[in-house]
Amino acid sequence: MKTVLDVRNLTTRFAGPSGALVAVNDVSFSLGEREILGLVGESGSGKSVTLRSLIRLLPSMAGQSGEVIWQGRDILNMSPKDLKAVRGGQISMIFQEPTTALNPVLPIGLQIDENLRAHTKLTHRERLIRARELMDLVGIPEAARRLSEYPHQFSGGMKQRAMIAIALASNPRLLLADEPTTALDVTIQDQILKLILDLRDELAMSVIFVTHDLGVVAATCDRMAVMYAGRIVETGTVADVFAQPMHAYTRGLLGSVPRVGTERSPLMSIEGTPPSLSAIPQGCAFHPRCDFATEICRATQPDTKMLAAEHQVACHNSLAVVKTGSPVR
Amino acid sequence: MNDIVISASGLRKSFPLSRGLIERISRQPALAVHALNDVSFALYRGETLGIVGESGCGKSTLARCLVRLHELDHGEIHFEGRDIAALAGSARRAFNRRVQMIFQDPYSSLNPRMTVRAILTEALSVHAMRAAAEIPARIAELLDLVRLPQDAADRYPHAFSGGQRQRIGIARALAVEPEVLVADELVSALDLSVQAQVVNLLLDLQQRLDLTVVFVAHDLRLVRHISHRVAVMYLGKIVEIGPSESLFTASQHPYTRALLAAAPELDPSKRSRKIAAKGELPSPIHPPTGCLFNTRCPYAFERCFTERPQLSDRSANHQAACHLTHFDEKDSVK
Repeated sequence: MKTVLDVRNLTTRFAGPSGALVAVNDVSFSLGEREILGLVGESGSGKSVTLRSLIRLLPSMAGQSGEVIWQGRDILNMSPKDLKAVRGGQISMIFQEPTTALNPVLPIGLQIDENLRAHTKLTHRERLIRARELMDLVGIPEAARRLSEYPHQFSGGMKQRAMIAIALASNPRLLLADEPTTALDVTIQDQILKLILDLRDELAMSVIFVTHDLGVVAATCDRMAVMYAGRIVETGTVADVFAQPMHAYTRGLLGSVPRVGTERSPLMSIEGTPPSLSAIPQGCAFHPRCDFATEICRATQPDTKMLAAEHQVACHNSLAVVKTGSPVR
Repeated sequence: MNDIVISASGLRKSFPLSRGLIERISRQPALAVHALNDVSFALYRGETLGIVGESGCGKSTLARCLVRLHELDHGEIHFEGRDIAALAGSARRAFNRRVQMIFQDPYSSLNPRMTVRAILTEALSVHAMRAAAEIPARIAELLDLVRLPQDAADRYPHAFSGGQRQRIGIARALAVEPEVLVADELVSALDLSVQAQVVNLLLDLQQRLDLTVVFVAHDLRLVRHISHRVAVMYLGKIVEIGPSESLFTASQHPYTRALLAAAPELDPSKRSRKIAAKGELPSPIHPPTGCLFNTRCPYAFERCFTERPQLSDRSANHQAACHLTHFDEKDSVK
């Protein structure tokens, strides 16, 4: 598989009143052509900031270091003019809350047209036709009439489809999706997830999918990266990670989801709560909540090791974790 | 488990929409959101009844009606045989004590200007549960029960995480020694690892304190995990109710089947590209005539558009509101 995006040692800091907060800490991963990568983690784990860091969609007080190699060029060093062609052009993004991400005072058609004007050389007439095609592509019925309607006239699911249509207007090669189905009901979520899968096949895009829902990952992603306290702690194919988690945190997360056959028995929970960015524990950030923690975990940050083909993990005691097996069986 | 604690029959509740001047002058009919459309069920002592459905299906309205936070338009709720709408004075206070509610949002359901001690003391003294001198000991006991540290008592809600706040909400509800707990989306605002902690706590407390629980949620996996029986709601109506096991393995309503198919499997090898349910939820202001699910149902035929199906028996304790009793993939229109 051809690699389209290569992220190396990406770090994002925010200046705070009591020193810098490191929201994304030394994150590295790569993404293949037509691949869907799931970025999983709980709130505050840095998954959304990672996604935004890739296209420098951050407030000015943020400091970034590392490399984001897109088609041979580092996005972090691009001139504003080049960045403009990449951001929203070759790389598009869809957001969690369609209600706040769409402009409430502009008709949907105009919002699609804005993106077509910015990133294509189509004439006015061609843009109109293209907008209708895009609405059809994302499954919004009666495209001609709905183009002149405003976001408040759309239901939650239809708004999310409209946002995807806007994102697709520039013919992106990579779609960044930040929890696109979290605000939706389960039957609508199902429709949107399948739409994204169909679009990936039709348009041969790659997708990075940020979510906290392991079910969504299992149903849509090819590979997954688990984040905790700003770091990626485990990366692998979805099948491998679900079959054999190698990090204690991943194992705990999988065990926290209720499964068939264990009704009314205690779930395998993780004690405590995720740390705040201003108080990340020494050594391995997960050690205060970890059942496998030993002396070394409290002292030193584990390196990321390749334990099996395409399966990387940052844990001192991954062998012990592997020995206990997967909670999903 | 045949002792009925709460029985509800024919519940209806609608919320009128405000009308503008022009609508009023032109005498347009008043519109209303029909949140509950003829809901009936029984709650047995000691069980956990799960109530599931998508947003706008009326599950939270139902929970609020059960503790009399809303007055009903029609229908009756009986608690131990007495109509709760008719309760007044000390009888109503006793009902309020014995049936407690825990709310969804741990950030807005606790008074930010009261310490945990003040919150719990209020609950204890309003219902005169303990003499003033015994209150500190009882607070210590309650904090222990929900596994919060003892020094939590003198802190304010802002000092706690979401999961800890939900524990405070549970402690407040348990302070008055209720028999029935109505939990509205108890864990949906919490992170996955914290969700599991609170679910484990609830299961443990139910066993130790002999509680009857109504668990309202949209997460099917969670509801299956903790409920003995489950009711599925759609547009203000229960479309299927039955024992957890048979409802999830042999569901008798096309909507339940769609919900189950739409929930992503946790097993990456069981992927499907088939869409579980086409279309979207119709507006609860203008619900469809006939069966409420007819706009999205793959099996709908003429009768579904004219006659609204009522709950009917399918197997032991398992009822569904559908004109069809078996579902053949061949019959599905799409």
